[in-house]
Amino acid sequence: MQLLDPTHELRPAARPRARRIAGLEGTTVGLLDISKPRGDVFLDRLQALLEQRGARVERFRKPTFTRNAPPDLRREIAERCHAVVEALAD
Amino acid sequence: MKIRRGQGGSDGWSAVSCSAMSPSAPATAQPGDAQPLADGWVVVVKSDCPTCSLVAGALQRLQRAPEPLQVVAQDHPIGFLDELGIPTALDHELLLSHRLEVDTVPTLLVRRGGDSVGRAVGWNRAEWRRLTGIEDLGEGLPEQRPGCGALNLQSPHAERLALLDRGGPLARSVEIGDEEDPIEACFRRGWSDGLPVVPPTAERVQRMLGGTRRDPAEVLARVAPDYGVCTVEKAAINAVMAGCLPEYLPIVLTAIEAACSEPFNWHGLAATTYFSGPVVVVNGPVASRIGMNSGVNALGQGNRANSTIGRALQLTLRNVGGVVPGGIDRATLGNPGKLSLCFTENEDWRDDPAAWGSLAAERGVEAGRSAVTLFAGEGPRGIVDQLSRTPESLAWSLAAGLRSVAHPKLVLGFDALLVLSPEHCRVIDQAGWSRARLRGELLERLQLPLAEIERGAGGCAEGVAKDRLPDPAPEKLPKLRPDALLLARAGGGAGLFSAVLGGWVGGSTGSIPVTRAVEELG
Repeated sequence: MQLLDPTHELRPAARPRARRIAGLEGTTVGLLDISKPRGDVFLDRLQALLEQRGARVERFRKPTFTRNAPPDLRREIAERCHAVVEALAD
Repeated sequence: MKIRRGQGGSDGWSAVSCSAMSPSAPATAQPGDAQPLADGWVVVVKSDCPTCSLVAGALQRLQRAPEPLQVVAQDHPIGFLDELGIPTALDHELLLSHRLEVDTVPTLLVRRGGDSVGRAVGWNRAEWRRLTGIEDLGEGLPEQRPGCGALNLQSPHAERLALLDRGGPLARSVEIGDEEDPIEACFRRGWSDGLPVVPPTAERVQRMLGGTRRDPAEVLARVAPDYGVCTVEKAAINAVMAGCLPEYLPIVLTAIEAACSEPFNWHGLAATTYFSGPVVVVNGPVASRIGMNSGVNALGQGNRANSTIGRALQLTLRNVGGVVPGGIDRATLGNPGKLSLCFTENEDWRDDPAAWGSLAAERGVEAGRSAVTLFAGEGPRGIVDQLSRTPESLAWSLAAGLRSVAHPKLVLGFDALLVLSPEHCRVIDQAGWSRARLRGELLERLQLPLAEIERGAGGCAEGVAKDRLPDPAPEKLPKLRPDALLLARAGGGAGLFSAVLGGWVGGSTGSIPVTRAVEELG
């Protein structure tokens, strides 16, 4: 018996992971707040800890946690930061 | 936008195989024995057709005429022709009948230069005489007898032939082993929502596609989060699996388009930790035409259309979008409506339906047209009020139910769909309240004192953050935005209960309900 495939029939593209950063000294770390309540509390604390260890921190914010980050925001983070931490609060 | 198939299709004529047979010859078709149809008379018959049997003598008369006669048999043996020694050619796989667009047997065709230049359907003595020029043809037969339905229009032949016409399915075919149970095979491949599905064979999918005029290759949407391409055919495959009938398909297609529209924000809804899923409300004449339930147990089980339309949407979103619980679907608890939550409004209202209108009409769809509204909602929770006999009193109960959405101390974040039962509607209608009046009265009763809802009030940490409000803070805050409250009527005639379906994050930061007209077969 033959059945028709109900799925999207896609195969995910395999991409290599970005190169890992060697250390925090002199590194720019982006902190992305997805706009959930109390995400800022977590990121404020993280920023303090990162800065203590010599990292420079840049803060970013998604307009709403319910939607994908806008492409411009993703590009801006990629261009300005060596690493990013996304705060998935709940 | 349409997608293209990777393989070539059949050209039809080259696949036609007609094997000449005589009464003594076995009815064996010769695969690949393509024969062009010669000029002359062609009569198409089948074995169990009384009218075909009736005209056997007339065929014998045609056989004696100088004009070549080919009798095409849709099946075999044709006993009533064999007895008279009239040879037949078997229409192997019914391709010839299909190409000649035969819908009734017997059909008499006059062929000239490779075309049909005359056609008589069923038995009509005058017409057969006119086309053949034989004045005594059918002497002794009745003037007229209707024919029977041609086999090429019957299932499963009709679906197989339609598939050939479009060059086969677009979707990948998956071979299931002879020893494999096809339902279990669907489970194993992860195609199911946890309940058995109808195995989507090409013939079933083709039958489903008969419910729409839309091209199977038309792209309805790219479905998040994997952004898989959902064609009309892909939707039909999932509709088959859900158990839909073909006449439900236009609603399923519209629901998929609505769910994948930008305002509805399926990507976010699919991934949320919250309870919600897509709730489908159907309005307009299509609902009663396909037998949807707006009455007793309208939000429950038991009606095929209600149960399978919502399921077809969910299966499509799962299979084409790649949404799997525990994968992108992160719902903490979910709700049983994520299998299917679909109902239709009761628009046949006994007092004055026009005065109240429908959900779709309120949302801009022309009266009399069918439409689908998608709402990101939870399952229903009941609101009991058996004592109110004035709408003012009842509105307080309904407002109390609405206040409970998400949390009684949280405001403005969540939409709601209020489903009003007939007995509650009677109280509202008898006072002459319109839809707008009821909404206004509810919103007024949902102006909540800040002192009751701020964080910490009543000994409960949850609530509104006062320090995020403008200074000076307002004394009251609205529970709902004015456009965040949808009203619908449904339910059985007994029971002073209504239901509220809490929404997900509302407005442009979350999901906005979407209403779309359904493109129906005329």
